[in-house]
Amino acid sequence: MTKKSFAFPYLFWMIAFTVIPLLLIAVYGFTDRSSGAFTLSNFLAISTKEHWSALLLSLKLSLISTAVCLLLAYPLAMILKKTGTSRTGFIVFLFILPMWMNFLLRTYAWLNLLDDGGILDRFFGLLGIDYRSPIGTTSAIVLGMVYNYLPFMVLPLFNVLSKIDENVVNAARDLGANSVQTFFRIILPLSFPGIVSGITMVFVPALTTFAISDILGARKVLLIGNIIEQEFSTASNWNLGSGLSMVLMIFILISMAILNHYDKNGEGNAF
Amino acid sequence: MKKLASKLYLAIIFVILYAPIVVLMVYSFNDSKTSKWSGFTLHWYQELFQSSMILSALRTTLILAFLSATISTVIGVISCLGIQALKPRFHNIMMALNNIPMVNSELVTGLALMILFITIGISAGFMTVLIAHITFCVPYVILSVMPRLKQSSKSTYEAALDLGATPLLAFFKVVLPDLMPGILSGYMLAFTMSLDDFIITHFTKGAGLNTLSTLIYSELRRGVKPTINALSTLMFLTVLIILLLMNRPRQRGESPS
Repeated sequence: MTKKSFAFPYLFWMIAFTVIPLLLIAVYGFTDRSSGAFTLSNFLAISTKEHWSALLLSLKLSLISTAVCLLLAYPLAMILKKTGTSRTGFIVFLFILPMWMNFLLRTYAWLNLLDDGGILDRFFGLLGIDYRSPIGTTSAIVLGMVYNYLPFMVLPLFNVLSKIDENVVNAARDLGANSVQTFFRIILPLSFPGIVSGITMVFVPALTTFAISDILGARKVLLIGNIIEQEFSTASNWNLGSGLSMVLMIFILISMAILNHYDKNGEGNAF
Repeated sequence: MKKLASKLYLAIIFVILYAPIVVLMVYSFNDSKTSKWSGFTLHWYQELFQSSMILSALRTTLILAFLSATISTVIGVISCLGIQALKPRFHNIMMALNNIPMVNSELVTGLALMILFITIGISAGFMTVLIAHITFCVPYVILSVMPRLKQSSKSTYEAALDLGATPLLAFFKVVLPDLMPGILSGYMLAFTMSLDDFIITHFTKGAGLNTLSTLIYSELRRGVKPTINALSTLMFLTVLIILLLMNRPRQRGESPS
């Protein structure tokens, strides 16, 4: 039933639409816009103040969001694991459901909630509390990232945690470990693959987003994703955009390499 | 006490998760275009069905999701059978290539495809978006089907052959049903990813073509019209009802496969 030749069509597809496009990015990244000669300047352009601070801000915000997602999702996944099996399917379903509403719209809805004159503003106004809208600040963007990517952290964690054999946990308890010890010595190490895949699934999209910062940053906050997007769409300087994309890819590759070190078998896949 | 705390925690998370959705739904009934509530209306729902722009974006989005999920599933299943037969070394190379679109950010994938299409002179339009969607959907199908294929035993297939089935018949009668749960979840995943995608579509679509995502993005500057909220409300409720109906029999204690 398995034949090697069945893999060839997809191999060609991947070469045509995954490998070659990436090589093209490299070509543009390493060539000069006007002369077409080899150059490193698109690459080094990351060191200009505007680009560098955007990259650092992106790294900072995506790290914060990933950490917040992990801290929120871990207890959540533990709770889901403890609820009876009959109901977990439904609760997991509740996490996926919001994804069926367009993510731009959901993010835009936060604008309605948080903005000056928005729902929270009026609510606090009724209570007589002074409200300052976070729209246009980095905290609004972190909120948007956490909101959008939390399910990507919960699902792999839940998957891994629900696969842990209860007997292992019970054995640790029988041997005298208290619940804190059991958690740190048994559950946490066993759930590492899920943590790794959750971090990947939150960190990469958060690092490269431009839509969330567009909406909740009110165009006052520039992330590296915004800059690259503008180079391609408005400025149409593909060479510079490609160079910056490659810098971004290097950061992604480094984080992947670090993470893969901990998850060699890819056990933590969400699916 | 501990149980109460965990219930409270779950409740808070779900409130945050669903608050924006409730806001969207409520605003779809708001008589004013601004965020101020000025009375109940069904006006936006009426306008929705007269807006050819929104309806055509909806049509494009659904056709695109259907085609890319279907084509990706066919490619994915066939490739899984092929990858399984490869020697470990090539097996690993294929899986590594397969992972690129998932690990690489959507931003880079979208940009790279845009550069490719323009370089080889394919004018951006429905085809380019479809190719792009298939490219990022197949990996999800493969990752859903592959574990299933590894678990399934070869002997049932061989037994079918011994009993006189042609390889094709044996595939459809024995192998395919075995892989079905993986195929279905891969299909659903691909459909959802395609439906919700914005970034890759944004870069590979030409002028004039819009999916719901790109239409919404273009309206963000001027403020999203409540008609879009009305459409999203309808879509959300449709999906909710379908999924609730699908989930029902499983909760009545049908044994999981």
